[in-house]
Amino acid sequence: MKRQIIEQLNMQDITPEDIGDDQPLFVEGLGLDSIDALELIVLLQQHYKIKLSNADDGPKVFRSVRTMAEYIMAHQAQNA
Amino acid sequence: MDRGLPLGCPTGVTETQTALTTVSMQFYIRSSGNISPQNTFGQVPFLAEAVVSGPGKFSCLEPDYRQYIDAKMIRRMSRIIKMGVAAAQECLKAAGLQMPDAIITGTAYGCLEDTGLFLTKMVEQQEELLTPTAFIQSTHNTVGAQIALMLQCHNYNNTFVHRGFSFESALLDAAMLLGERPASQILVGGLDEITGYSHELLSRLGLYKGAGSRGSAGLFSGQSSGTIGGEGACFFVVTGSRREGDWASVDAMTTFYKPDSMQTTCRYVDSFLDSQGLAPADIDLVITGRNGDFRGDEIYRHLLKDVLGNPCHIPYKHLCGEYPTSTAFAIWLAARILQSGSVPAAAGTGPAKTIRRVLVYNHYHNIHHSLFMLTAC
Amino acid sequence: MSAPVFIAGLGVVSAIGNNVAECLTAFQSQQAGLGSITHLNTIHSGQLPAGEVKMDNDALALKAGLPPHISRTALLSTIAAREAWQDAGLHRLRGLRTGFVSANTVGGMDKTEHFFQQFLPDHRHGRLREIIHHECGSITELTADQLGIRDYITTISTACSSSANAIAFGSRLIQFNAVDVVVAGGVDALARFTLNGFHTLMILDHQFCRPFDDNRKGLNLGEGAGYVVLVSQKVAGLLGQTMYCRLSGYANANDAYHQTASSPEGTGSFLAMRSALEMSGLEPGDIDYINLHGTGTQNNDIAEGTAIRRLFDPNYPKMSSTKSFTGHTLGASGGMEAVFSALSIRHGIIYPSLRLETPMKELPFVPQTKFLKDVPVNHVLSNSFGFGGNCTSLVFSK
Repeated sequence: MKRQIIEQLNMQDITPEDIGDDQPLFVEGLGLDSIDALELIVLLQQHYKIKLSNADDGPKVFRSVRTMAEYIMAHQAQNA
Repeated sequence: MDRGLPLGCPTGVTETQTALTTVSMQFYIRSSGNISPQNTFGQVPFLAEAVVSGPGKFSCLEPDYRQYIDAKMIRRMSRIIKMGVAAAQECLKAAGLQMPDAIITGTAYGCLEDTGLFLTKMVEQQEELLTPTAFIQSTHNTVGAQIALMLQCHNYNNTFVHRGFSFESALLDAAMLLGERPASQILVGGLDEITGYSHELLSRLGLYKGAGSRGSAGLFSGQSSGTIGGEGACFFVVTGSRREGDWASVDAMTTFYKPDSMQTTCRYVDSFLDSQGLAPADIDLVITGRNGDFRGDEIYRHLLKDVLGNPCHIPYKHLCGEYPTSTAFAIWLAARILQSGSVPAAAGTGPAKTIRRVLVYNHYHNIHHSLFMLTAC
Repeated sequence: MSAPVFIAGLGVVSAIGNNVAECLTAFQSQQAGLGSITHLNTIHSGQLPAGEVKMDNDALALKAGLPPHISRTALLSTIAAREAWQDAGLHRLRGLRTGFVSANTVGGMDKTEHFFQQFLPDHRHGRLREIIHHECGSITELTADQLGIRDYITTISTACSSSANAIAFGSRLIQFNAVDVVVAGGVDALARFTLNGFHTLMILDHQFCRPFDDNRKGLNLGEGAGYVVLVSQKVAGLLGQTMYCRLSGYANANDAYHQTASSPEGTGSFLAMRSALEMSGLEPGDIDYINLHGTGTQNNDIAEGTAIRRLFDPNYPKMSSTKSFTGHTLGASGGMEAVFSALSIRHGIIYPSLRLETPMKELPFVPQTKFLKDVPVNHVLSNSFGFGGNCTSLVFSK
């Protein structure tokens, strides 16, 4: 998933190892902004078939790679 | 010496109406940042050798952008945005200017790569699963906006997008701002890019010489149609208040649209010189927009012979190719020639004497004509 | 402002009417032009409402005097610019130096996107006549050629503030005595490119937009064109009729905050409004009506509202967003709203903001919600703010 994030957001010079599981993705962490959040919403749709219905959930879901992974797994468990 | 700045308007309304409207002012080129198909960017000798292209297109020599653009911003930028922002940064650095009083860009095509990307995904994915980045970077004002963002510059910010008048309009806007506040220092530039799609489509429209042509080196040999596609991002700092070290003075400029005949074109050029109180003999060098397409080059031949009395002249599109804002490159060339006093061999053969006054004349498809008079500082 | 510049003519085509008179009637009856998308072929029709001009391309082409295969953008532009030209009575005068300064954001994109459907599967395919007017400037030329304007022609594109900048630039051309008359404004036709672009930003309301409402959910896109005829004092005298108003001030500033979002304190909007007022020599208290940018997005309305509070508190003029009628017409909005501003002064009317039920709790003022007539309107401020932080305000005075 880190690789997908790097690819989706065209983050040159960053490798998956550079992103910590709990590192904040936005502002002080990786420095992402509102446009990146929209890109990540599409990433979830494209790769995991998850539609983030409520945009207000964004900050919670995209806090870190771990929260994203948990959100995806919770969704897949629901659909299984 | 204070000469006027004729704006805009020899008019085609009536035969008798040929006088140019004059606004009293003149402005100076303080610095430039030029990314072009030649080695023009940064502290480099003035066209030490000519870079030649293969057939079809003439692409820019690009610097390592990471020196100029913050890593967090660069990841969203397409090539033209990087070219524009870096050229602007270099230009400001050369002028020793941190905060310009205005940022004005001219671009006919805007951000084609992002436009093509979003368009392609939209069509291929049938309007589903689209992401915003290419869209928001596709607007024509992106380069001007990104420069403002990078500098945290809240001042005047404008973008002109009128085909072969895009850069001319931007420069006129700058000239008028300087007319209002002469001490201002304005960042103004012209930029356009070639993309895979644009080159393919403009080729289908018959604009370029075919794959069998010799590229930029053979641009003016033989009587054939078509030219070579070019691109560039060239910025200037201009000001109304002269300082030691300024490159050149822009004394006058004008544009005219769709002249109805060769005679009309000749009359406009003639009256442009008239309005400056100049005779053809006063001009040391003419830089023409010849592009190797015999249909359009005919106009330059006529003009040089019938109106300008066979002056010393050089082309410039063998150095940068043809594109709607190529006059930004021509102004850069004129200013550097005036700064150095002579024509570098890579550009052509100049007169033996020191060059003090240059006329730049370009037409884009015989629709957009522009004239600039520059003198040494 | 040194030499005065007057507004001698108006022309508009929008979702609420194909000319000035029809738009006035729609305002009076508080009838919005928003609805399901019918002319544009998109998967979002039925989902995303928009403010379409209520004519198909064949009807528009007939009215514009152009072939029907030409971009809808050029058709809309020509219809509105010609109305302005005739309204000013310019066809009666000869020998004037005339300019056309237009604005748009995506040129002939409506045709380009159709071309790409054929072109992408096979690059030898697609009719080239669909892309020859792709460029923004090409649209301007199609209209200029129809009107016979050739002395000065240019096009501005600064996203949603494009046509406000066209009007300011046109005014400066007159002040510098470069031309006598400028037809200035802008146009945009609804395109799949822009519709999908705004959709990816998740700022399109699936219902009719509610500018400056606490529960606002985004904007509706619209289409149209709006032009004013700017003339010098000399030409105003030659024309003889009463001028609509003067363009007494304008200013352009940049928010320099983010490529698409406005700063929370509305820096760019504040600077544009304040400098435009300064140029007009007016105090905030002199303004009778503000035609808001008022898109209906969370971000714009709070930024604009905050900037207005900073500048106007505690004396707020009447204000409204006419985008609640027309949708957000992007490159056309500044031109259309300049037309509406001039009409507000001429007829002494104030437009309502439709569907405003719950005022924004952060702001100490509430925009106008009912149509008002017979009110003295001497000075109007019109705001246009766009992507890239480009903010422009215009001031119109009786």
